[in-house]
Amino acid sequence: MSTTTLTHDEAHHHEAPKGWRRWLFSTNHKDIGTLYLLFALVMLFLGGASAMLIRMELFQPGIQFLDPDLYNNLVTNHALIMIFGAVMPAAAGLANWMIPMMIGAPDMALPRLNNLSFWILPAAATMLILSFIIPFFPGGGTQINTGWTIYPPLSIQVGMSMDFLIFAIHLLGISSVLASINIIVTLLNMRAPGMTLMTMPMFCWTWLVTAFLLILVVPVLAGGVTMLLFDRHFGTSFFDAAGGGDPVLFQHLFWFFGHPEVYILLLPSIGVLSHVIPAFSRKPLFGYKSMVGAMLAVATIGMVVWAHHQYTIGMSLGAVTYFMIGTILISIPVGLMVFNFIATMWRGSMTFETPMLFAVGIVLMFTFGGLSGVMLAVVPADMQYHDSMFVVAHFHYVLMPGAVFGLFAGVFYWLPKWTGHMYNEKLGKIFFWTNVIGFNITFFPQHFLGLAGMPRRIVDYNMMFTEFNVVSSIGAMIFGLSHLILLYIVIKTIRGGKKAESRAWEGAKGLEWELDSPPAFHTWTVAPQIK
Amino acid sequence: MHNNHTNEAYGFENKPLSKPRKHDRFPNLPLCLKGGLLTATMLTMGEAMAEYGLNFPEPAAGVAREIYGIHMMTMSIATILLVIVFAFVFYSLFYHRKSRGYEADQEFHNSWFGNWSWVIVPALVLGVDLTIAGKADAVLKSVWDVPKEENIMDVKVTGHQWWWEFDYLDHDIKVESRFVPKDKSGDLYLREVDNRLVLPTGVKIRFLHTSADVLHAFWVPELAVKKDAIPGYVTETWAELDREGVFRGQCAEICGTWHSRMPIVVESVSPERFAAWTEDQKSIKVAAAAEASADKEWSMDDLLAKGKGLYETKCAACHQVNGMGLPPAFPALNGSAIATGPIADHLNIVIKGKEGTAMQPWGTLNDLEIAAIVTYERNSWDNKSGDVVQPADVKQAR
Repeated sequence: MSTTTLTHDEAHHHEAPKGWRRWLFSTNHKDIGTLYLLFALVMLFLGGASAMLIRMELFQPGIQFLDPDLYNNLVTNHALIMIFGAVMPAAAGLANWMIPMMIGAPDMALPRLNNLSFWILPAAATMLILSFIIPFFPGGGTQINTGWTIYPPLSIQVGMSMDFLIFAIHLLGISSVLASINIIVTLLNMRAPGMTLMTMPMFCWTWLVTAFLLILVVPVLAGGVTMLLFDRHFGTSFFDAAGGGDPVLFQHLFWFFGHPEVYILLLPSIGVLSHVIPAFSRKPLFGYKSMVGAMLAVATIGMVVWAHHQYTIGMSLGAVTYFMIGTILISIPVGLMVFNFIATMWRGSMTFETPMLFAVGIVLMFTFGGLSGVMLAVVPADMQYHDSMFVVAHFHYVLMPGAVFGLFAGVFYWLPKWTGHMYNEKLGKIFFWTNVIGFNITFFPQHFLGLAGMPRRIVDYNMMFTEFNVVSSIGAMIFGLSHLILLYIVIKTIRGGKKAESRAWEGAKGLEWELDSPPAFHTWTVAPQIK
Repeated sequence: MHNNHTNEAYGFENKPLSKPRKHDRFPNLPLCLKGGLLTATMLTMGEAMAEYGLNFPEPAAGVAREIYGIHMMTMSIATILLVIVFAFVFYSLFYHRKSRGYEADQEFHNSWFGNWSWVIVPALVLGVDLTIAGKADAVLKSVWDVPKEENIMDVKVTGHQWWWEFDYLDHDIKVESRFVPKDKSGDLYLREVDNRLVLPTGVKIRFLHTSADVLHAFWVPELAVKKDAIPGYVTETWAELDREGVFRGQCAEICGTWHSRMPIVVESVSPERFAAWTEDQKSIKVAAAAEASADKEWSMDDLLAKGKGLYETKCAACHQVNGMGLPPAFPALNGSAIATGPIADHLNIVIKGKEGTAMQPWGTLNDLEIAAIVTYERNSWDNKSGDVVQPADVKQAR
């Protein structure tokens, strides 16, 4: 395999511009990847701060320092910022950095589109933040007290901040679709000679599927919120029964996007795991083909089970039976994925550096979240769980390990590659343990709250729910603050540290590890030959 | 509407028949300490588990019992699977470590197991799935299919921002149910209402759910019934209560500012007591109607006294007891253009509501009640119009 060879002219021509121009005008996949990751980090802290405010309010019964609308506004913002601001951009950042390096391509296929898809994000984030703060100004209308699901008719009652939110969703959607197009084009056209789809690194596969999902579902959400906008301002009645419309239609449109969105958040992290677990088990991924198959099955079934988020709307027996069985069947491909990860660890020669710790944590906790998901899929039982704190506990067990911990694992795994420095392993481990312990103290008790009858999205609760809320809030403070350790590690590693070798981990496999750490500004200008 | 004293009148028990939940065993400990104590005791004491509500409360209806059963079954299966997965992972974590000198088996994925696991694992999972789905399907039918019986009792449940309206369609009774502020409800704050949903045991009851404004969801865990209240839709659920008691639930679908203040309290009583209760409700209703329709001129003092009570139950959640509202969502009435302007406009907004806001039409109130509320609003706080609105004026304005 040839290493990076640049002729003198090429090197000179592609010199990185200095200062702000380097970033604003960047068409370099590594710089754009960095921008995505930094953006996600900022959003992680914004979303985290809102979550900690929520838990502080719920620390004790009574309304302490958030009025109900502000509380619900925070609940809404926490979800939107975390999903659209933190997890999706972070996954896109990993994709930008790693996909060209993994498939032996010099850059993404559409570099200028790449620039655009990132730089829409700060504008979208501004709109999102404005939707939160505008009600605090005179004439700003009421706060968004609907939750991220923005169901009408409640979302029709909200003031102008809802319009800001709708436009923010449009911008976020455009950004995601552009990024997805770029990733699909890159993966299908720019693989090194000799690399087939079925020998492509698993992270690339997960993103290929994710990108297709995004293109399929994001326009549906965009359509739904546009209809909402028209209902709000232009006298239409898409969602108003009094005008011949249907409030439930919005829920279908929302969850037709919303359920595949879960897999959009999850799959890139599954991709990361497919690299981290083999690397630290020192043996190949178990079941590459079944992994690809399972992923395609998850994406396909995941597209057609959306209404399990709406079991209580009064669907017919036939409809709920279909959605129940479809949802339960998702456990087959997901179970196969988890099994493959365990089988990769099985009879391996494991070491437990921070990325591997997160990977093991994911396998255990994601299994837990998946099993409570099977419970929720059962319609009669969901008559109890639905919209209770049990649901809150469930989806945090799926999304924190399934999405966020996977991203953490990826960041720790590739940080030496990106920065050229090893992070402090001891600090990494401290971060893992405080994070995971904090997470479990926060969310495990919420299962019991839900079973005992505490609904979700309430600012104030009866004292019978006090004990578990106290435990949960204490956990949330540990969990929230633990991310400061992450911030410290990242900053410290960027600034310096032990020099990382090109193959930073003993068991790491793949083209990216054949490049220097950090890699040159342009890599694989001559494509490697895959035998 | 005038059934504020149902429970006292019949001496119905105020407490659930099951063992009352202890709300706080250690009142003097700081909360965080209690949290720690709780976690410690939770693991050791079965008693504590029941005490703190680690699982659903005991069901009070046949369907709820079936649901409880299916919940316990799926939870048991999930727990067993979890234990199996954890056992394999922890075994591997312990034995397949580099620090123990374990050599990685590079051919593991090429063994017969590696070649066929993609069939074996899905087949096993499918078996589990079918077990769960099969059981669930049977229960689902009995939950979903409302019995087609002539003598089923219909209760229409209407969600409002932020109270519940229960219409006993077979008895021509209507109950408005609102949350009770902390100073009156004490430990039951957010789980107590002024007027309960009184239901008889041993009778099949069909609930018809709808909403007057935004989405709500009716949820009482003991009945295991949860259904969204959707404006423009009527959805149905059913239950047959099999024990007496007081069962508490809350609105489960976010419905705006006071979503947390929509408790539901079901009081399950014997059919005899229920019959007595319905008789009483009817006589209260007849008396109220007679009072309202009597062609009587009311004095300002009488209207203000009546109006204050009505305002504080029906209006104060949004417009506040002090009339200052919670702007911008809920405008102040004190000094407002409506409450100090022409009477006709004031009556109009109360009777017809204001579209696109939480202000709903209050036209279902009788003439006397509207007259009292409007009179009260025009003569309270800093509003000193001196206007007296009579029931006859309301009748004309409708």
